[in-house]
Amino acid sequence: MRTSFFARNPSVPIFLVLLAAFTIGVTILGEAYGTGDISTSFTKTLGKTLCLCLIAVALDLVWGYTGILSLGHFAFFGLGGYMIGMWLMYERTRAIVERSLANAPIPPTPQEIVDGIGTQIFGVVGSNEFPVVWAFADSLFLQLLMVVAVPGLLALVFGWLAFRSRVTGVYLSILTQAMTLALALYLFQNDSGLRGNNGLSGLQNLPGLGSVPQSKVSIWFLWASAAALGLGYLLAAWIVSGKFGSVMRGIRDDEARVRFLGYSVEGYKLFVFTLTAMIAGIAGALYYPQAGIVNPAEIAPIASIYLVVWVAIGGRGRLYGAVIGATFVSLVSSWFTGGQAPDIPLGVYTIKWVDWWLIVLGLSFVGVTLFAPKGIGGLVDLWTGRRAPDRHGADLGPDQGSFREREAGE
Amino acid sequence: MSLLEVSGVSVSFDGFKAINNLSFQIGDAEMRAVIGPNGAGKTTFMDIITGKTRPDEGRVIWGEKSKSLLSMSEAQIAREGIGRKFQKPTVFEDQTVHANLLMALKNERGPLSVLFWKPKPDDLARVEALASEIALSDQLARKAGELSHGQKQWLEIGMLLAQDPKLLLVDEPAAGMTPSEREHTTSILVEAAKTRAVVVVEHDMEFIRRLNCRVTVLHEGSVLAEGSLDHVTSDPRVIDVYLGR
Repeated sequence: MRTSFFARNPSVPIFLVLLAAFTIGVTILGEAYGTGDISTSFTKTLGKTLCLCLIAVALDLVWGYTGILSLGHFAFFGLGGYMIGMWLMYERTRAIVERSLANAPIPPTPQEIVDGIGTQIFGVVGSNEFPVVWAFADSLFLQLLMVVAVPGLLALVFGWLAFRSRVTGVYLSILTQAMTLALALYLFQNDSGLRGNNGLSGLQNLPGLGSVPQSKVSIWFLWASAAALGLGYLLAAWIVSGKFGSVMRGIRDDEARVRFLGYSVEGYKLFVFTLTAMIAGIAGALYYPQAGIVNPAEIAPIASIYLVVWVAIGGRGRLYGAVIGATFVSLVSSWFTGGQAPDIPLGVYTIKWVDWWLIVLGLSFVGVTLFAPKGIGGLVDLWTGRRAPDRHGADLGPDQGSFREREAGE
Repeated sequence: MSLLEVSGVSVSFDGFKAINNLSFQIGDAEMRAVIGPNGAGKTTFMDIITGKTRPDEGRVIWGEKSKSLLSMSEAQIAREGIGRKFQKPTVFEDQTVHANLLMALKNERGPLSVLFWKPKPDDLARVEALASEIALSDQLARKAGELSHGQKQWLEIGMLLAQDPKLLLVDEPAAGMTPSEREHTTSILVEAAKTRAVVVVEHDMEFIRRLNCRVTVLHEGSVLAEGSLDHVTSDPRVIDVYLGR
């Protein structure tokens, strides 16, 4: 039983090496420090994909290991983006306002500068006052703290109310979906204080670094995203490999039994839900500066459903499955919807992938669920020789989220 | 001085009185068998003690400090020292026998202490000892789902013992077991009852005879008779409702 952490979790060193190789490869082929074979915009796509992998790992902890099918984790992702976006937008607007006021005959007062920033940012929603939620927008440190604190707090309050009432299964999924929908609808309002449907924009421009080309910024964000994903994967692997992971899997398969062993199931669910919300917040805070814009449409329920589809297609209950699913589906998806896939003329009808991709995705989700519950990650089993047990079709526990026969290992 | 005292407990589901003014006591190191026909309220009785079902009226008093169990959650009651084995063996089938026992082992149960918990040599030795007691020493690395029905029953009993409870509630431990497996189960339970209270719900009279303990007969949610097996089986009311059929 006394073996090293890496020996017990062989996917971790393999994953970290692949991630490092990928990051170095993109850097060498990128525009800023290398040959320029990979364009800046594709570098950003890759960096964003790493962030999506991170939130997929978070969802795998919640759903694949603990059995809570959350359809609202993109709310936390979006909130993380908003929190860092507020600082980015405030500071950059301040630089612009200060420059334009510098030529005035009388030096501007601090209040005039703040008013100028307010007019710039909120003019689009017909206001020039700073709402209360922007109170700390001038402090990078506090906004970074809010990247984890705000999603964490929302998850804590929501989870406390939901888990304490023992809402489980599909009802909980609906509640999480309602949460993200309510948040999106609230943010769509112009007086929500976060610029309504305009969202926060211009996030790709880092304050004070206006002279640095985007090609460099994109590589920096790729590095930061890779580091966050590596650490997140390490943390997740450490959590699930110990007794805590045992309890999580126990809750997934048979939570009543865990309760009768003396573990407070609600406390564990709340812990996992809140922790993964914070991870999602960090992923969002790295994603949106690369995307350049965050708006309420990002946290509409469909985004969280996509996230579940990624994890399902990659294979839930294994961390690398989540990463594979998020990478594969999101890259293939951007290929199809980006108009790069060639149309297929059928004579009477032409298949345009931009329209048909969602149907392909939906069918593959249904197909994976029915015929290959292990997902793409299950292909690894062919190599490691892991087989599913023969249980004559019986699930591994009575709960709705429990592992199915073909998801398990012998 | 009793360990558990249930008095005047009633509970009804949609008008059906599952438990009707039931009273029950058990001492510190005592074995007790509970028998009764189907629908007599045996499982509901266990549900009430373990906090799964809240009674409409009555008291459930626990331990030296005479705490009421009625305001506690299932997990708190389990931490107080009441372990429960279900009728259908419920173990964590996707995890190894070792992991199952380790999870049940008496230790801190809070999320943070579990997150940073590492098994000490004592804990591992305890798991080994338990495994040999339930005859699963050479199965430790196997997934619990692969075990035979009888082995799962033993694993669940082993998990109960790992919790080091003061009171074990055991629902039909011998169901689906071969005669030799039953014998081993009997000896595990008799051994456990030397240091703690054990309540066994069972249908099989032969099994109860081997436990050689006091018997409580439940009927329609209340106690019909109590005493030695010979005493209750000769009680005409018991014969009437249960044995005579």
